[in-house]
Amino acid sequence: MPLRAKVASSVSRTAAALSRAAGRGDGSVIGGWIGLKIDPDLLAHLSSGRAIALVSGTNGKTTTTRLTTAAVGVLGRVATNSFGANMPTGHTSALAKAGSTPYAVLEVDEHYLAQVLEATEPHVVALLNLSRDQLDRAKEVAMMAQLWRAALVRHPDVRVVANADDPMVVWAASPPADPAHGHVPPHVTWFSAGQRWHDDSWVCPECGSTIERSGEQWRCTGCPLHRPEPQWTVEDDGVLDPTGAWHKVQLQLPGKVNLGNAATALAVAAEFGVRPVDAVSRLGVVTSVAGRYAQVDRDGRNIRLLLAKNPASWLEAFDMADEAPTLLSINARDPDGLDTSWLFDVDFSPLRGRQVLITGDRAYDLAVRLDVNAVPFQHVRSFDEAVRAVPPGRLEVIANYTAFQDIRAELDRVN
Amino acid sequence: MSTESLRIVWIYPDLLSTYGDRGNALILARRAQLRGMPVEVLEVRSDQRLPATADIYLLGGGEDGPQALGAQRLIADGGLHRAVAQGSVVFGVCAGYQLLGTSFFAKGTRYAGLELLDISSDRGPTRAVGELAGEVDPRLGIPHLTGFENHGGRTRLGAGVSPLARVTAGVGNDGVTEGAWRGKLLGTYSHGPALARNPALADLLLRWATGIHQLPALDDTWADRLRSERRTAVAAAARA
Repeated sequence: MPLRAKVASSVSRTAAALSRAAGRGDGSVIGGWIGLKIDPDLLAHLSSGRAIALVSGTNGKTTTTRLTTAAVGVLGRVATNSFGANMPTGHTSALAKAGSTPYAVLEVDEHYLAQVLEATEPHVVALLNLSRDQLDRAKEVAMMAQLWRAALVRHPDVRVVANADDPMVVWAASPPADPAHGHVPPHVTWFSAGQRWHDDSWVCPECGSTIERSGEQWRCTGCPLHRPEPQWTVEDDGVLDPTGAWHKVQLQLPGKVNLGNAATALAVAAEFGVRPVDAVSRLGVVTSVAGRYAQVDRDGRNIRLLLAKNPASWLEAFDMADEAPTLLSINARDPDGLDTSWLFDVDFSPLRGRQVLITGDRAYDLAVRLDVNAVPFQHVRSFDEAVRAVPPGRLEVIANYTAFQDIRAELDRVN
Repeated sequence: MSTESLRIVWIYPDLLSTYGDRGNALILARRAQLRGMPVEVLEVRSDQRLPATADIYLLGGGEDGPQALGAQRLIADGGLHRAVAQGSVVFGVCAGYQLLGTSFFAKGTRYAGLELLDISSDRGPTRAVGELAGEVDPRLGIPHLTGFENHGGRTRLGAGVSPLARVTAGVGNDGVTEGAWRGKLLGTYSHGPALARNPALADLLLRWATGIHQLPALDDTWADRLRSERRTAVAAAARA
């Protein structure tokens, strides 16, 4: 590593430690920010010599990164940005903090995938899904797929692990061959993790025709784009690998969506030569991810935290949650997106019959939505009031990003 | 009403549904049902014929490609023009508002609109994103408009339409006026579930559709709280 990079890396670690000691954060962003100021190529320097996997998509990337890190851990030490700090500053900070490791698994914000591909030259990139998320400022779904596609064309050597169930991802992962410029299509391993949310992929990104679905299959009615045959699939409570061998997966994380994330993690680890049979037991070690799925006991209530940031992840959260009293909390601060329109893309009717409480900065938006949805609810002003309002036993908490962080803070920043 | 039940058509949810647009159909249906009206909501996809006999047609927002495709299919279909000629109500939001006009811009190209409203839309200098508020045309008899806008267009109003509102926050058509209406056609840049924050606007559409001038009042406690919270937030942002 050049001297400038060494200095930058060391200063970066110190700043992160200071930030943590001062109680101003977990240090996962500030350290990287300072390091990149001293050496703009620091991320590239820190990446060289490591075999790297990138994990990107709208939903599930933090959990999939955590599971993939556990799986690749079979081979040796793995650096990772486990606090969900998923932009280049977070990656820089994570790699600097980890010191020298043979492997790294990095969660990447979907907007930064091109930049991080460039800097880290990964061995493999996992593309999970693309759906609407914070549309008041984020790129529209089709535009994001286009950015991914353009980035992959520039990196024909990277191996791609991609979701066969999401037409936007399939299209992004299959750029056309362009022999004139020496472009060959990337090597893609397809997985099927199931997809509950379809509303962002009715129109073909290639030709604009309608995409037709039948069971798990989908195809464009106007061009050859169709669902590729996946090599990794979820079956019952396990994962089928490309050889046809079935591996039982025992997770501590709830929901079908996490089985899909486990399949993805095994597929990514396999790109490093990890056999699923060796990795599968390690997945069960993961209990919670930056507070997601964490359980806390307070005043006789067992509180479980579920993060739901956009319509697709709300559907998954309802699937994971028990039939128990449920607190919903909604904010619309900058990290959440300022627009609450998406509430009407979520069908809250699965909550009928449960005791529903609502809170958060934008509880009134949620109240109007639930009213239209004929879901009875009670508005509470604080988390404590919510805990007091439910009987002893399980309390499910489903919240969007900053609302989730607020509640996590009430629970002493549970991990 | 054209039949024994109120028929609401959500036009092309496969193309024009980006920002919770389903909400407007849900809200109209709910408010009609609470008053004892039988309601039928039809979702008509872009590969299906548009029925010309419904009472209310809803057009939602969409990305550039789907907006252009939606306009082409609606022109070719002709069903919406027949429905309007028969006195049906049309409510267009964002991209769905623009395509009711004579022309609009998408993907850098000018596209022909449905020519149902005397408006035309261009690409503006900046994207308008944020809270939108305005005082509604007094002839419509409803309180202030509140919503969230997210669009890159600017819309010019011709002599054949009236602005829906005079802008007090945000951009709307051009920073001065917002939306447009003529007869029983009404469009707004307040995107997505615009009716969630404007129950009186929902009731206006229901009155137009049913011809019932005195609809029984509903409990709008939560919508009223939301409206006043948003009004306070917009005022606070203006002072900052």
